[in-house]
Amino acid sequence: MATMDYSGRIPNNVNLDEDRTLQRALEHWQPHFLSWWRNMGPEGSTDLDVYLRTAVSVEPQGWAHFDYVKMPDYRWGIFLNAPEPGRQVNFGEHRGEAAWQEVPGEHRANLRRIIVTQGDTEPASVEQQRHLGATCPSLYDLRNLFQVNVEEGRHLWAMVYLLHKYFGRDGREEAEALLQRCSGDADNPRILGAFNERTPDWLSFFMFTYFTDRDGKFQLCALAESGFDPLARTTKFMLTEEAHHMFVGESGVSRIIQRCCQVMNELGTDDPARLRAAGVIDLPTIQRYLNFHFSVTIDLFGADESSNAATFYNAGLKGRFEETKRDDDHRLRGRNYPVLVGQDGRLVEHEVPMLNALNEVLRDDFIRDSISGIGRWNRVIEKAGLPFRLQAPHKGFNRRIGSLAGLRVSPEGRVVDQAEWARREHEWLPSAADLAFVGSLMGRVVEPGRFANWIAPPATGINRQPVDFRYVRFN
Amino acid sequence: MDSSETRLLRQHLIDPEICIRCNTCEETCPIGAISHDSRNYVVDPAICKSCLACVPPCPTGAIDNWRTVLRAQAWPVAEQLGWDTLPAGETVGLMIATQQAQPADDDAPPEPPALVPGATRAPASAAQPCVNLYSPRNPATATVMGNYRLTDATSDSDVRHVVLDFGATPFPVLEGQSVGILPPGVDEHGRPHHARQFSLASPRDGERPGYNNFALTVRRVTVDHAGQPAYGVCSNYVCDLKKGDTVQVIGPFGSSFLMPDDPRANLLMVCTGTGSAPMRAMTERRRRRRGDGASGRLVLFFGARSPEELPYFGPLQKLPKVFIEIHFAFSRLAGEPRRYVQDVIREQAAGIGALLEDPQTCIYVCGVRGMEAGVLEALALAARTRGLDWEVLQARLRQEGRLHLETW
Repeated sequence: MATMDYSGRIPNNVNLDEDRTLQRALEHWQPHFLSWWRNMGPEGSTDLDVYLRTAVSVEPQGWAHFDYVKMPDYRWGIFLNAPEPGRQVNFGEHRGEAAWQEVPGEHRANLRRIIVTQGDTEPASVEQQRHLGATCPSLYDLRNLFQVNVEEGRHLWAMVYLLHKYFGRDGREEAEALLQRCSGDADNPRILGAFNERTPDWLSFFMFTYFTDRDGKFQLCALAESGFDPLARTTKFMLTEEAHHMFVGESGVSRIIQRCCQVMNELGTDDPARLRAAGVIDLPTIQRYLNFHFSVTIDLFGADESSNAATFYNAGLKGRFEETKRDDDHRLRGRNYPVLVGQDGRLVEHEVPMLNALNEVLRDDFIRDSISGIGRWNRVIEKAGLPFRLQAPHKGFNRRIGSLAGLRVSPEGRVVDQAEWARREHEWLPSAADLAFVGSLMGRVVEPGRFANWIAPPATGINRQPVDFRYVRFN
Repeated sequence: MDSSETRLLRQHLIDPEICIRCNTCEETCPIGAISHDSRNYVVDPAICKSCLACVPPCPTGAIDNWRTVLRAQAWPVAEQLGWDTLPAGETVGLMIATQQAQPADDDAPPEPPALVPGATRAPASAAQPCVNLYSPRNPATATVMGNYRLTDATSDSDVRHVVLDFGATPFPVLEGQSVGILPPGVDEHGRPHHARQFSLASPRDGERPGYNNFALTVRRVTVDHAGQPAYGVCSNYVCDLKKGDTVQVIGPFGSSFLMPDDPRANLLMVCTGTGSAPMRAMTERRRRRRGDGASGRLVLFFGARSPEELPYFGPLQKLPKVFIEIHFAFSRLAGEPRRYVQDVIREQAAGIGALLEDPQTCIYVCGVRGMEAGVLEALALAARTRGLDWEVLQARLRQEGRLHLETW
């Protein structure tokens, strides 16, 4: 295992200084990245000192490094988990062969596509979140936003390293293109739909980090099983950073719920109008945001029947979530899996070959994981003694991708006609008025220890610091 | 008999309310001590070696929870899997906060303490505390060895020095920790009374060294914060205890308001009323260690309404000036302007500034909440006399576990 070189221009544990061509290529890309960060990264953040966690090694203790950093000086680098001796391809047709240290020629195009698609989401979310600093509810939250942003930046580095190292000129061109596409741009948008949506307010940000970064977790987990060993080791390391993003989302939404419940009890009301007048986000509005982010995110897993998914699996490029913990033949031939289709105005299950349904398998794993977190949000409401419960909408609700795309399905899973959908859409999804209301609450709070009225303080600070610690210093 | 070392376990637990079930800890643990079901992530006390590999990668801090328990009573994995919250204990800052006067019929749990600008960690050289050895389910039984009134008989403030002996039951404590007393009987709803917490007034080796005992400082509560009559069930129970009575005790509690073991450390102590208890414990600890080359300075600012209401007034005055520098502040002396501890700190600003500048100085503030802001302002003024930026200094003091505030 290469030791961490933290002294060069690009911190890394891949012996970058021994591969001068690659080093030069990445050093050439670095100023382009920094220029992208300055133009598209967090707005107005260049001179701030931010209390950030920087991974300084891939060992557990390497995560314990916290200090004030100016974000453009963040040590974005290339870190791969330690290699697992004797690792094999653990699924698909190549199962049992030694894991690949180079890209197999026949899978080159598919692997590049997988890496580019993953890589594209990283800068996209930074772009989506770039204005949020102006309306942060506290210094603590501002710091968490910036931590998410720099880690997305590092994830981009992780993918760009693979492109440069293993895909030659094509890879270098793809790496440049990752900095040129732009979230929400009409002419050159990001690859996946959810990454072109706006993140207009902090409730959206927390929902995004809860749901959409959880898609990231599941994708990374599936890639961490890859037979292409450098990809597996890269994504394994990324997962620890991704976990922080989901923490920001889960705790952020939880604190908004907690604050709402507190005011509901103080005022003795569940009337959204009164709660809104009191400056908190009512639970039905939170439910509508949840419905939106849940449905947009589950589209990210792709079509429910996909020959690409089968190819990726058969070829050993992308496994299932916790592939090696599953007790089956890891080839899946002859196995079926149920997917939902619309039939005569109803949703019915339809068995398809599991290999073709692997997107659906991953989506279902994601849904289970998401629902258990929603259960933890409900415990906050329960603890406040209130009867309301949040729910994940049905898998068919508001889908734009896959066989359910053309259908109108209610959050309970009932197929509805266009007229009912049009009539009730704003019961189910945030309306312009909801967005305007939540937007109206967004004001900047930057005194240490103070929190905006619509969100409760967190239970603990970062790195055992107190909650009123000066997590960001303005210079 | 087993030594208390082997009978005790510092059990590693994950807070289910904060954990987001991201699997990072399970992935990181080198010996497979962490597992999960669909509800919780848990640590197996039979496997965990407290190597701490899982702690830095955890994104939430949920992983960093520890409870000292009797080894035989460690929570098994099966029980942890059913939790929605961690068992009570070791909540930073709860230590003395519940010693406040609360009417007996207030059966709500104590309010969590407000965010305080003090440290949440102990000084670097502090000894490792034991916490939560005894809970309301399995309290320890102590015998009252003595109950002495500390305030003058003419004063309407009745503050007691109560000495409890634990016989053969291990009850290890450190200066600055507190314990809970369970008053007997039930409230008007037929439920057992809540425990009340009291700060220890004696050092770790006991009020009587070498015996398994300690002392508490307890004020009889007869009025609430607003001055309205209020009968404190627990404080009256404790103040009325007679020698030979037995008491149910839980705890110990508190893992940050602890004194440094480094004999070179300076202790700057600011207190009012029964806030003097931890100061007495620390002072006594240092007094007993004088032969060990303790070179750090002790400076005490002690406020009360009058000398008659000041617990430990007589014994304090007998301590040699070279050992401890004591500044009293009395706010109700006939014919005198009201003086509070912060006023006296301001008068001594230059000397205190020098003390603040010394990286060996630990600061302890304990007493009524009203003093906190004033004391911090006075410390800021003292810092400025040495050209120190108080905000920077305060952050460093907190970071290094050298500024502790307990007010109620």
